[in-house]
Amino acid sequence: MINKIFFFYFSAVIVAMSLMAITRRNVMHGVLYMLLLFFHIAGLYLFLNAEFISAVQVIVYAGAIMVLFLFVIMLLNLREDILKKQFIGTWPMGLVASAGILMVLLLSMLTVKTGEKGFWGIAQIESVTQTVAIGTTLYTQYLFPFEVASLVLLVAIIGAIVLAKKRLK
Amino acid sequence: MIPLNWYMWLGGIVFCIGVFGFVTRRNIIIMLLSVEIMFNGVNISLVALSHYLEDLAGQVLVFFIIAVAAAEAAIGLALVILLFRNKETITVDDLNELKG
Repeated sequence: MINKIFFFYFSAVIVAMSLMAITRRNVMHGVLYMLLLFFHIAGLYLFLNAEFISAVQVIVYAGAIMVLFLFVIMLLNLREDILKKQFIGTWPMGLVASAGILMVLLLSMLTVKTGEKGFWGIAQIESVTQTVAIGTTLYTQYLFPFEVASLVLLVAIIGAIVLAKKRLK
Repeated sequence: MIPLNWYMWLGGIVFCIGVFGFVTRRNIIIMLLSVEIMFNGVNISLVALSHYLEDLAGQVLVFFIIAVAAAEAAIGLALVILLFRNKETITVDDLNELKG
């Protein structure tokens, strides 16, 4: 019972905050609603026994990515852009399209059949703690994708510096 | 015990809110935010599946998605700064040099 109450609280806030984030005229308000959204998603992850992902969500998403957004918005002078109408003229078409995708997703999830359960049950994770379990999986089974992810981040660093620096004479 | 379907429905709803924001807003920063909302919708489904299937592959995948989202945000915001420096606007409809 109590976990249903918490689930409904978190899901209601997540849906409301994401709706608020995309409908605000001022970009700054949208980013602040996104910040609340990320904290509530991190709370939802705690219910799914994903402490490590929950911490990463708060540190990386809320702490790094959203602060980067805030810095960029404060660097730009957006006084004219926030006076414009926020939606395009044909926004009902976008509503119909996304509602159609939503219907397909919701209906197809009714018939989801889950496969066999894996190795890391709750008792198994508790015996070694969650971070050890996820680290073991990450550094043995998914070692090559992990290295590729670090390469992606390196490319992003170089790309961002090259794009945003001023031309030197 | 909360059914798995509820988490996946929540992920689907959040994903579709992101799609709606992406196709109807013309502010490029809000469009980037909508992409992040879509990522988060997928992440909710992946973490829920990881918990219910007792397999950590879903959480590892979420880890990679967050890494890619960070890279995407860094490059996207560098592009936004470049765009604003050249055009003094971040409205996508005003960027129509390639119209021909």
